[in-house]
Amino acid sequence: MATTVSLPPTPYTATTHKYESGLWSWLSTTDHKRVGQLYLYTSLFWFLVGGLEAGMIRTQLYGPNGHFVSATTYNELFTMHGTTMIFLVIMPLSAAFFNFLIPLQIGARDVAFPRLNAFSYWVFLFGGLFINASWFFHAAPNAGWFGYAPLTTRPYSPGLNIDFWVIGLQILGISSLAAGFNFITTIINMRAPGMHFMRMPVFTWMAFITQFLIVLAFPIITVALTFLMLDRFFGTNFYEVSAGADPLLWQHLFWLFGHPEVYILILPAFGLVSEVIPVFSRKPLFGYPVMIYSGILIAFLGFGVWAHHMFAVGMGPIADSFFSITTMLIAIPTGVKIFNWLGTMWGGSLRFTTAMKFAIGLVALFTIGGISGVMHASPPSDLQQTDSYFIVAHFHYVLFGGSMMGLFAGLYFFYPKITGRLMGEKAGSWHFWLTAIGMNLTFFPMHFLGLHGMPRRISTYDAGQGWEQDNHLASYGAILIVIGTCFFVYNWFRSMKTGKVAGNDPWGGATLEWMIPSPPPDYNFATIPNVTSRYPLWDRKSPRLTAEVPHGSAAETKIDVEVAGQKTGTLPAPSDTTGNAASPQPVTSSAKQLGIVMPTPTIRPLLAALSLGSVFIGLIMHKNLPIMFLAAICFMLSLYSWLLTPLEPEHH
Amino acid sequence: MATAAIESHDPHAGAHPATSTGLNNTKIAIWAFIGSECFFFASLISTYLIYKGRSLVGPFPHEAWTDPSTHQVFKAILNIPITSVSTFVLLMSSLAMVLAHSAVVRGDRKSSKIWLASTALLGATFLGFQAYEFTSFVHEGLTIHTNLFGSSFFILTGFHGAHVTAGVIWLLTLLFIDIKRGLTPDEAINVDVCALYWHFVDVVWIAIFTLVYLIK
Repeated sequence: MATTVSLPPTPYTATTHKYESGLWSWLSTTDHKRVGQLYLYTSLFWFLVGGLEAGMIRTQLYGPNGHFVSATTYNELFTMHGTTMIFLVIMPLSAAFFNFLIPLQIGARDVAFPRLNAFSYWVFLFGGLFINASWFFHAAPNAGWFGYAPLTTRPYSPGLNIDFWVIGLQILGISSLAAGFNFITTIINMRAPGMHFMRMPVFTWMAFITQFLIVLAFPIITVALTFLMLDRFFGTNFYEVSAGADPLLWQHLFWLFGHPEVYILILPAFGLVSEVIPVFSRKPLFGYPVMIYSGILIAFLGFGVWAHHMFAVGMGPIADSFFSITTMLIAIPTGVKIFNWLGTMWGGSLRFTTAMKFAIGLVALFTIGGISGVMHASPPSDLQQTDSYFIVAHFHYVLFGGSMMGLFAGLYFFYPKITGRLMGEKAGSWHFWLTAIGMNLTFFPMHFLGLHGMPRRISTYDAGQGWEQDNHLASYGAILIVIGTCFFVYNWFRSMKTGKVAGNDPWGGATLEWMIPSPPPDYNFATIPNVTSRYPLWDRKSPRLTAEVPHGSAAETKIDVEVAGQKTGTLPAPSDTTGNAASPQPVTSSAKQLGIVMPTPTIRPLLAALSLGSVFIGLIMHKNLPIMFLAAICFMLSLYSWLLTPLEPEHH
Repeated sequence: MATAAIESHDPHAGAHPATSTGLNNTKIAIWAFIGSECFFFASLISTYLIYKGRSLVGPFPHEAWTDPSTHQVFKAILNIPITSVSTFVLLMSSLAMVLAHSAVVRGDRKSSKIWLASTALLGATFLGFQAYEFTSFVHEGLTIHTNLFGSSFFILTGFHGAHVTAGVIWLLTLLFIDIKRGLTPDEAINVDVCALYWHFVDVVWIAIFTLVYLIK
């Protein structure tokens, strides 16, 4: 009897879903997709701000003896450019993808702690506004994004500038840590049945590894910043050299965080590219397990290379050799990833969409940055390059050529899932080529500038040192990047209205997020899917594509056979247990109609974040104790009100 | 009937899917949090150890010091006998915590209240010892401004004390709920998570007591 084999019903419903709208629905949201979009738009806004700062830097440095900005303003510009791009753009843009994608990729309805997730976002928003509020007090941070103490202690940086920086970064740290605990729990505990660790999409894997880096590296910077804050506000001696303090303490603590931070910035982009390249090569990812293991190895080694930022301080030959060797070692797992992406594309049937172009851009440009990284892994070579424009060239190749290219690939790839429409390919192509050419024009000459002796962080330079031409080129390149970004912004907003309707799966994707509607309903999956392989959608559409790939074939999973409600035996599961897309039913169902219990929207995480932020406002207002005390009370009250309210409506 | 079979095979519609590991979400999160806290305290303790013996002026933790300009004598700061007592108190609070959790699991509401209260009380006693210790150190001439030892000692033990304070507030909240409506065995996970945090704070104290107080 055919009807005795029980199959799961259609695990998704193609819907034209109605969304709650209005300001209140955003302020009180706990939906991971909405929180993800809040992260997305906030970080794109900061991307434009950080780009504006970069544009001003390039205007100032265009020719010798530039006087576009003063030296003081220049210090603020390069400090805020670095701080913004790292903490307010690349990290939260990655967080936008973590939020939006992780639950979709592992087949969950939300993250493990939806309200904590909203709290993370509001704290992040507050921290970004806090640091940038410094502009309005003419006191933007001005000691570099690394904020070396003792330079940043009160005697040498007396103004509010570093106060904004040190407190702002603490606030952002709270946000990252809260999100880290949340995502670790989500990935360990919220996976759909059958979603073994070695079946998880590579993006989720890289996100998982990144969360461990965040959770373990941020406490170190928290301690370093706390020491600095206490020195500045309460007169402790942690960085007070006249009291015998070690002037290298900050550098060690900062880079012990700072190097894992580098991998926090790049691993999510690696993950995104590992989603994009297989889809547009129509091939499973080459060497999936090796890809995962090398990600883990990068994260592990990432904690043992920090002092390569400090070769110039003279640590002695043993320390120099150790950190030189570990730094060169970390190039191996990174190289493995590069070759695996090449191996994925090799012999594939490539489709050069904009997302694919950006992904290939990462592979090419990150490799250049990685190779110059190996160059200064050698202390004698590093001594020549350190604090020169060679270093600026290197880290822009890995952060712009690597992280940003990967994130752009992700944005073009997942735009249809987020908005329901495709982004324009033509404008996208303009964006890619202008960015790629402009990026190389800006940063490649900087290698030569560095080798010709131009130091970092100088607000201007004299004529006749052979630096003019390369600086001209770099500034022209910056113009191309700006034009490219205009194409991106235009494309983004225009496609929202006029873009082609995407449907569930515009690219022929392999992972779970592509089997649900775009944009997904608030409950994501009407039925939690049962995952039988690493590429559930490809197995369903063309099993032969993945038949040779050792990832656990569909047939290994047995399903129960029931007759009249009684189990009578098992059968191999049909390959389409994960999604019976042959006949999507156009059903408009809300979570309520389907009987799915979703978290109640609540304003409490926002209140908690606001009152927590107010504690820090009180601190920067010359330790205004009444404000700090009142804000702390409000924080405790909102925390209790949050924790004592059930997550979901009582439904029994 | 087909429909009946489909419905019976759909355990996840409506209800929450069981977690992948079978463990409670909060429990995994608290372990991640504890891992993070390990690095937090490791950084604080390392700073203390790096700065050990590098203070330019006294008072010092383990030996007396005479101010060369005023010839005032400062005795060794750390009082190991008193801190041994407070360490014992804190360790006993972990025992009380275990008994409190076990009582909640059993549904023994009388014992659960007694042991939750005892844990909080022992924690508060430890904090009292610390307050006494800090005040007497300040009287003996050691503040956070004095020297590297003063800064790194007060901030390290102060952060530990702040963690104990947070734990005491957490315990009192559980006690309040237990008195008001009773903690059911289903809610034992809430006590379990609090206990994990509490034991962790204890373990950190064992490290601090050994590295800061006992090793000269």
